[in-house]
Amino acid sequence: MSMQYKAIVIGSSAGGLNALRTLLTMLDADFKIPIIIVQHTSPSSDNYITTYLNDLCKLKVKEADEKEKIMSGYIYFAPPNFHLLVEEKFFLSLSIEERVNFARPSIDVLFETAAFTYKEKLIGIVLTGANHDGAMGLRKIKEFGGLTIVQDPKTAEVNSMPLSAIKATKVDHILSLEDIGELLISINRNFL
Amino acid sequence: MENKTDLTQDNINIEIDLFLEAIFQKYGYDFRNYGKAHIKRRLLHRMQLSKAQSISEMQYKVLYEEAFFNLILKDFSINVTEMFRDPSFYKNVREEIIPILKTYPFIKIWHAGCSSGEEVYSMAILLMEEGLYDRTQIYATDFNHQILRKAKEGIYPISKIKEFTANYQKSGGTKSFSDYYMAKYESVIFNNELKKNIIFADHNLVTDKAFAEVHMIVCRNVLIYFNKDLQNQVLKLFTASLLPGGYLCLGTKETIRFSEANIYYHTIIDNEKIFKKKLQLESTGS
Ligand SMILES: C[S@@+](CC[C@H](N)C(=O)[O-])C[C@H]1O[C@@H](n2cnc3c(N)ncnc32)[C@H](O)[C@@H]1O
Repeated sequence: MSMQYKAIVIGSSAGGLNALRTLLTMLDADFKIPIIIVQHTSPSSDNYITTYLNDLCKLKVKEADEKEKIMSGYIYFAPPNFHLLVEEKFFLSLSIEERVNFARPSIDVLFETAAFTYKEKLIGIVLTGANHDGAMGLRKIKEFGGLTIVQDPKTAEVNSMPLSAIKATKVDHILSLEDIGELLISINRNFL
Repeated sequence: MENKTDLTQDNINIEIDLFLEAIFQKYGYDFRNYGKAHIKRRLLHRMQLSKAQSISEMQYKVLYEEAFFNLILKDFSINVTEMFRDPSFYKNVREEIIPILKTYPFIKIWHAGCSSGEEVYSMAILLMEEGLYDRTQIYATDFNHQILRKAKEGIYPISKIKEFTANYQKSGGTKSFSDYYMAKYESVIFNNELKKNIIFADHNLVTDKAFAEVHMIVCRNVLIYFNKDLQNQVLKLFTASLLPGGYLCLGTKETIRFSEANIYYHTIIDNEKIFKKKLQLESTGS
């Protein structure tokens, strides 16, 4: 059975920029599944990450705009100091509500709202990081029948975020960054 | 394949619509066109805290207990704010907008969705330093009467002062920030002098009419909680309330570019989301 996934959500924190570079540069321009990312940053940081990755990636990398439609061929990042939510009908929206798990943007907020919207057609990925944000969100994705992937803690720059995610739910795959990339590429071949 | 989570999810969405309808009919607050993801998150969170089994159970509660409604109002309104939030915004207002406002004998400013007042006092300080405050009337409105009371008091936890001060300095403040407040125990209270030209009022952007004719509207980080239709509706209200040549200031992530209101404005400072209402609608050009 080949599953038609409609979106990928990724959460990363400490060590995330390197991990994201490794993973995202593996994807070719024909990668169809939209990717939505929360990378923890300082509230006052500029758009360095998106500019940097946009130069390196074959897909278009951008900071998410308020009420932007989620589209194939794009990688969206939560803006610093805003939570990023997925709305019904596949729009993105922003919020400045309180921090969740000490973080704004929070991975759990993105994962949970994405799970509500995409249900079993969602892939959730937790990468390197020094806290437990994303664990509850990944559990939600699993509850809805989505595919859950965690970076192998042995290969993560900081392992507590992957470890917390693995503890919170029965994840489908625990893989190195390269293997996550290969898996996504093979899933993309089934994307219509 | 319809499994149990799907069913529950469909039901939850129906229950949320009914819940919002109940609030509208009973209390007159209209959340039906707020962003659904945001509303759902807040409601599921409240459900957990209040140990309710379902949204329907909360609907009963909200109809019969006004205290519970006030809690929901607080959940939905997201009162997170700070003084001189986005310092570069205030810097731009100070350097680009104030010189033009100074040419008027008297100005009116409307802060819509002012929350606990930090944004309003920031503006009052800026106007004072620029010598314009005595010629200004500020209207500060919010639909949450609980938070408006806090705004009127102008009392904030002392723990926030460090951040406020840093923001103030980055925004181009010319004085010592501590001149503007007095510390008392764990709080600071802002000077009465800052309050003298501010009128705080209960106003709902969704259901109330235009407020006054003003030279500048500041409405930051409120529109992000509305869906597109409601954003258009509220922007229309703003356009009707602004004098020709008046300024509309939105949050850093909000824009009028893709809205129906776009034709009525020039973009003045794109990064800071400052727009100027056209003197008249031209038939040519953008
Ligand atoms: C996130 S705060 C923004 C505060 C401040 N403007 C800032 O940017 O820091 C949003 C505010 O909008 C208010 N609000 C939400 N819906 C409203 C409505 N329909 N009418 C008036 N105020 C509203 C909320 O009560 C809250 O205080």
